[in-house]
Amino acid sequence: MPLTESLRDDILAAVPSLRAFAISLSGNADRADDLVQETLLRALANIDSFQPGSNLPAWLFTILRNLFRSDYRKRRREVEDAEGNYAKTLKTQPSQNAHLEFEEFRAALDKLPQDQREALILVGASGFSYEDAASICGCAVGTIKSRVNRARSKLAALLYVDGAEDFGPDETVRAVIGGSGG
Amino acid sequence: MKDLKSQASRNTTPGKGGLTPEIQSRIGHQLRAMYDDVVRQGVPERFAELIKKLDTPGGTPQDQSNGGSNDNNGRD
Repeated sequence: MPLTESLRDDILAAVPSLRAFAISLSGNADRADDLVQETLLRALANIDSFQPGSNLPAWLFTILRNLFRSDYRKRRREVEDAEGNYAKTLKTQPSQNAHLEFEEFRAALDKLPQDQREALILVGASGFSYEDAASICGCAVGTIKSRVNRARSKLAALLYVDGAEDFGPDETVRAVIGGSGG
Repeated sequence: MKDLKSQASRNTTPGKGGLTPEIQSRIGHQLRAMYDDVVRQGVPERFAELIKKLDTPGGTPQDQSNGGSNDNNGRD
């Protein structure tokens, strides 16, 4: 369909969640915004192939996800390096206690296999149905469900079983509560 | 808040893959907190501009259809 005023508004309205998805996937704000930009350019260039009345966010997320996939393959080594440095940063900056829990979560999320991470984000954060998430990822609904379950189990193991005592939950909570004002 | 966290840490009986309802809700909560943090930032100017600029699909400039014929009619 042609790019009508209302379609343009709908695309704009989807930008914040596209960015959140991109940052969750890539763990890097700059790269995420480049991904979003490329997604918007592709979407606008191919707007004729969008079916009126179908799910616009799902269509946009599909474009972004596929772009990230091809980009990710190219940059794989770079990403692994970044992960190593990221973990080092965490351990050498105890002053950032207030953000520790959040950082731990991010780091754990980054350790998930790609398939599981994107499934968990689409269902657990973006709020897509299993059906929409399956169509975005180009797989069966059952596959998405099992990826989400495995992702949750792995996060639980990383955050709350093995590491729970290591990073002192009470201290973290105190820091979060104490540091949130201001 | 404190209760939520300490509960989540205590109830780590590794049953079905270590997933108690408390832990599951804890994960969901953190996931959405991380995500919504970005969503709340809204639309950066860069993207608003981009979409505005590409407003006219096919890139046919509007002034050509006007032909500029009326510009001088009202002069003096």
